[in-house]
Amino acid sequence: MKTDGQSKLKRTLSGGGFAVTAECGPPRGADASVIRKKGETLKGCVDAVNVTDNQTAVVRMSSLAACLHLIDIGVEPVMQMVTRDRNRIALQSDIMGAYSLGIRNLLCLSGDHQSLGSQPEAMNVFDIDSLNLVHAVRVMRDEGKDMSGFSLIGAPEMFIGAAENPFADPLSYRVVRLAKKIDAGVDFIQTQCVYNLPRFKEWMRQAREEGLTEKVYIMAGITPLKSTRMAQFMAAKVAGMDIPQEVIDRMSAFTGQRAIEEGMNIALETIAAVKSIPGVRGIHIMAIEAEERVPELVKAAGLSQRPAK
Amino acid sequence: MIVAKQKPLAEIKEMLRPFEKVLILGCGTCVKTCFAGGEDEVAMLGAALRLAFRQDGKTIRTEELTVERQCEDAFIQESAQAVSRNEAILSLACGAGVQAMARRFARAVLLPGLNTTFMGVLEKPGLFTEECAGCGDCELDTFGGICPVTRCSKRLLNGPCGGSKNGKCEVSPDIECAWQLIIDRLTLLGQSDNLKRYIPAKDWRPSLSGGPRRLVREDHVI
Ligand code: SF4
Ligand code: SF4
Repeated sequence: MKTDGQSKLKRTLSGGGFAVTAECGPPRGADASVIRKKGETLKGCVDAVNVTDNQTAVVRMSSLAACLHLIDIGVEPVMQMVTRDRNRIALQSDIMGAYSLGIRNLLCLSGDHQSLGSQPEAMNVFDIDSLNLVHAVRVMRDEGKDMSGFSLIGAPEMFIGAAENPFADPLSYRVVRLAKKIDAGVDFIQTQCVYNLPRFKEWMRQAREEGLTEKVYIMAGITPLKSTRMAQFMAAKVAGMDIPQEVIDRMSAFTGQRAIEEGMNIALETIAAVKSIPGVRGIHIMAIEAEERVPELVKAAGLSQRPAK
Repeated sequence: MIVAKQKPLAEIKEMLRPFEKVLILGCGTCVKTCFAGGEDEVAMLGAALRLAFRQDGKTIRTEELTVERQCEDAFIQESAQAVSRNEAILSLACGAGVQAMARRFARAVLLPGLNTTFMGVLEKPGLFTEECAGCGDCELDTFGGICPVTRCSKRLLNGPCGGSKNGKCEVSPDIECAWQLIIDRLTLLGQSDNLKRYIPAKDWRPSLSGGPRRLVREDHVI
């Protein structure tokens, strides 16, 4: 296993390339072959693969362990970390451990509330929020100190990411929050799935106006829809999702395989549109439990050359 | 005030089953205000229990009394005789009241009749809402008088999560997003600069996380 070297995702982005990442969720069980299979599918067509941390508050194989499986098969992971389940002691300790094992990218999140997940009886932690986590990792990396100010024996040189939802309310505050994340130390942002293009453009415009696109790499979230049902479910049930009626209407004109194709068309149009927005530096594909479609999408979008030139 | 809710009758009945003489002791301050443990609730619960036991063919003797505050020794004293006459005390006070009684009457069997839920206010008739988690280091000045520690479901101190939609929290449409309220109010107050400031990780030592808390007032020690 390779445990030295820098983040390739960072290299792509800082070199001016248009980056592509994809998301993959670890299994609800201990079978490593699931994550390895997903990794093999994504290998070579994306710069890095995000590994979710008990996503939607459903208990799964740990993100750290799943990241190691990816490294083992030659795929660069982005380890996602939520502040819902671990306090600052556990978070910092796991970050050091993750770095020591070769993980170079970290995405800091607060996480979906456990009441929406598979074990709503659980007590949450929320000792710190996602911005505090970003700040802590930045200080660990740049100053070599943990949250108590203790000088670490070896700093975790993480490429630090965070999520932003341009579609959540209030819009006026979304850019202020982005600025705060940048001040706290974030290097790259992966956004919530883009379906509402006008709103995304407006958010990007505000970000450019504040000079934020000069300071952070923004990657637009893309999720190909598979059916009308999926579109309706996501619009109604997934926290922070914004799917305009016209997108749902486009999907409901088709069923079965044709609907899948229409979902791909919408995704391709969205990729083309976000690529032309100044300040968008990449895409982040969240093909929920449909990782096998990612290579096709990346190819059709003309982005298969990895790393990008 | 401390907001509490009466336990289901069946649960209370189960707790009382081993006893024949029970004192139902109300508390006339917080839990009276939230209609859980004042004189009226004591009387209603007494009647309901007697009826429920009678239906089972069992008689239970209940005595009813309400003191001003079960969390204060001076008021607790008033219940001493009634306590000694009964086998068990069903306390309709908050958890602090129940424990204050247990501390005062070492040999009395204390049973909680309420579920103590939160520190809050009566927002409108029939609706009580949680407002303060007693974190021990109040920062309401920063947040326009709205507490994110208590009222944001994720205790976020640096702004809303991605789940805030139309003023509601991702957890439930019945929950107002605290951050929407904070942003609106700070904007109204002309203090939106507060929103730009990075709020460092909270020091939880003054909270329950630091262990059970005590407050010593040297000037009152005798
Ligand atoms: S900041 Fe702390 S003390 Fe102040 S209202 Fe919130 S929980 Fe209560
Ligand atoms: S929706 Fe609002 S109140 Fe709910 S967790 Fe997110 S920021 Fe907090």
